[in-house]
Amino acid sequence: MLAFIGRRLGTLFVILFGSSFILYNLTAISGDPREQYAFSTDEESRSALRALIRQLDLETPPPIRYFKWLKGVLGVFMGRVDFGITRDNEAVLTRLAAAIPTTLKLVTAATLTAILLGIALGIVTALRQYSRFDYVITFFSFLMFSLPIFWVAVLLKQFLAIEFNDFLAVGYIDIKWRLFMAALTAVFWAGVVGGSRARLAKVAGTAFVLSFAILSAIVSLKWFYDPSLGPVVVFLLSIGIAFAVTAISMGLDNRPALKSSLTIAVITLALYYPLQYIFDRYSSWLLILLLAILTISTAALVSVLFAKIDRGSVIRTTIITSIGCGFVVILDRLLSTWKEYLLLDGVNGRPIPTVGQLNPLLTTDDFWILRLDSTVHLILPTIALTLISFAGYIRFSRGTMLEVLTQDYIRTARAKGLNERTVVVRHAFRNTLIPLTTIIVVDLAGVIGGAIITERVFGWSGMGTLFNKAISTYDLNLLMGVFAVTATLSVVANLVADLLYAALDPRIRTGNGR
Amino acid sequence: MSIFKRKTSAVQSAEIDSAENAIANKEVQGLTQRQIVTRRFLNHRAAVTSLIILTTLILIVFAGSGFNIGPWKIPGWWKYNIDTLGDLNTCSEGRLGCPTLSVVPKWLGGNGMSLGDHPLGQDDIGHDYLALVLRGAQRSLMVTFIIGIVAGVIGTVVGAVAGFFAGRIDNVLMRFVDFLITIPSIIIGSVIGYHFGNLGALFLAFYLGLFAWTGLSRLVRGEFLSLREREFVDAARVAGASNRRIIFKHILPNAVGVIVVSVTLLMSGAILLETALSYLGFGVTPPDVSLGLLISTYQDSFTTRPYLFWWPGVAIITIALSINFIGDGLRDAFDPRQRRKVTLKERRTKLVRGLSRKSADV
Repeated sequence: MLAFIGRRLGTLFVILFGSSFILYNLTAISGDPREQYAFSTDEESRSALRALIRQLDLETPPPIRYFKWLKGVLGVFMGRVDFGITRDNEAVLTRLAAAIPTTLKLVTAATLTAILLGIALGIVTALRQYSRFDYVITFFSFLMFSLPIFWVAVLLKQFLAIEFNDFLAVGYIDIKWRLFMAALTAVFWAGVVGGSRARLAKVAGTAFVLSFAILSAIVSLKWFYDPSLGPVVVFLLSIGIAFAVTAISMGLDNRPALKSSLTIAVITLALYYPLQYIFDRYSSWLLILLLAILTISTAALVSVLFAKIDRGSVIRTTIITSIGCGFVVILDRLLSTWKEYLLLDGVNGRPIPTVGQLNPLLTTDDFWILRLDSTVHLILPTIALTLISFAGYIRFSRGTMLEVLTQDYIRTARAKGLNERTVVVRHAFRNTLIPLTTIIVVDLAGVIGGAIITERVFGWSGMGTLFNKAISTYDLNLLMGVFAVTATLSVVANLVADLLYAALDPRIRTGNGR
Repeated sequence: MSIFKRKTSAVQSAEIDSAENAIANKEVQGLTQRQIVTRRFLNHRAAVTSLIILTTLILIVFAGSGFNIGPWKIPGWWKYNIDTLGDLNTCSEGRLGCPTLSVVPKWLGGNGMSLGDHPLGQDDIGHDYLALVLRGAQRSLMVTFIIGIVAGVIGTVVGAVAGFFAGRIDNVLMRFVDFLITIPSIIIGSVIGYHFGNLGALFLAFYLGLFAWTGLSRLVRGEFLSLREREFVDAARVAGASNRRIIFKHILPNAVGVIVVSVTLLMSGAILLETALSYLGFGVTPPDVSLGLLISTYQDSFTTRPYLFWWPGVAIITIALSINFIGDGLRDAFDPRQRRKVTLKERRTKLVRGLSRKSADV
């Protein structure tokens, strides 16, 4: 194994060396930063040209200049890394250090949503292969594949941001729209559940009535002006999460799992008011981290108390429930700032922005208002990125799931009398996750450099902006800086994916012979 | 959980599986591989619809906008081209250059079905927008097909050579592919597009194609690696066939499914890459027109003149979506494991008849 990793690391360095050499020279040949001074003869621009040549070492031919650059970069092993300087006479490293967190912030939520939603939809469509629901989702995933993100972005800005803000000024949804949305929900759920006509009608009817009632309640209570959930809704949601997580992962027959998940929901309710007190006084990222650790350890403790057998699965179920409950609590706190946020000076009742990373007019330093501000700025880019990227996950997880479902071990599992939930979740889904994991790892590495267009459309200044600027100003060092980060991440991710595959799938072993 | 309920028990479904096999086998009896593939493809409704739509679109676009063959200019049927500057026509509320397309018939209270002088409206200075969209779609289609052809040829050849000869040649070629794969396509595209974009869309497409073949070559290599171990290759070699003959006459036809499918997928990616690059300003540059360029120019006028924004987007989506569906249909057609779902009715009638006849024969 060690020999395998060593050999892979070796090729990895060779690959990085080769591709950076190719890109460096390709870019150097194709454009010259001196170009803008080519036709000016006055003394001022001549001295500027001389300064530029000195600064970027342009007299040296590119292949040799590449090795000088490489020497600076390889300083990373001596703790003295040097990515060179940009045309604005700034260290590339500083620019990268500023850009990476921005990009991460932009893509994290979108990537996670795309993965979770894509896998869920992919699995459900695989279980309902060739049903109407399957066809509709397949059509939509192809549609998503074919959407140019900059086009979607303009539509989202118009319909989700501008029109939503206009709607807030009015505060009323027409009854026709309410009926239409309720009908849409009904069709969706009927498609997910499937079955005979009578059952379809029942599911669709329930979904229709429920969603129409919820919408009407929202409209008449003017919920969107003050959308905090309150302890009751938080408790109900926690119970719902507890039931859903248990039902999918263990089955409701498993009493210990259900009891310990429900206990978590009760604990959430009990801690609701104390938590509000803490949130109002000591809010910071550190606090949230501490609370997260506390939540998970509490969940582990509770589940250990309840579970006698099959401890691992119960612990896992309870921890997932507790994470869900934690999210609900945080969401509730965030939403309760909404009312105050709407009335702030820089917001003026139009909360969803179309561009930018934060509202420059905000003067407050309240932790939750700032978090809400960055959340609303993330809404549009997150939806746009999710829309175009989750189609891939749907297709891939559907295909893998279908492949897995035809395997012999699935037939064996059914033959020995396991119920369908166990077969699907424990036997099929887990094996679907093996190839999915490796794809996800590679994708995660790719997103760092991949949001070039999204950043441009929504006015964020992350890696994509740096890259854009580097290309249009012939800024070779800056371009190579961006490339070094993305390429390193991508090859490392490929290596990690291979290792993960070997670790997850016992059929693949890296022997000495290969 | 209702999701997990199954209509049929496992035993029943196994029976149905073998019964479906019987129906499927009966269907393909006595047909050549090509006939089977064609038949399967024609059965894929979405793919056939997409093929028709795409062909129609290509015809309309090329015939409408006109094109050059060498020194000859072939004019299109549309009366304007991208250089004609007309007067901005005034319409209701004093707005200028609005679309004259009308699709609501008179008896429904509309203005009747007519194209009018400028069906899709006019841009800021009076160019006919239909002419611009036609030319943009023509550019995007040409770029897509050129990337598909260039990348398809290089990817197939590299993959075939690497897979067939294996060993050292394979190693060298695949490491080269690894080099190229580390550079994200949009970075390569931008670098190329920014510096060669002014040479015209066709050069841009050619250069992009030079870098887009890596994924394809890996797939082809995998296919060749497994096919070269098969008996028919040994048989051909014993019969004295040269390497070139074995590659092109014996193995390639067997790998054509993988190649065709991934080339279509590559092409649907290519049109999005081209529009994205043009949008960023690294692709097709003015005075030439492309769909991405049109969107990027008019994205800010969405609230006032939405038609300038909708049409190029609709064109991109139509092209990409139909290529994707065609690719899906081809995949289903070439994949021998993929079987069409046998409908309940067929299972009842055909199967019972077919099986009973078979048992009667015995």
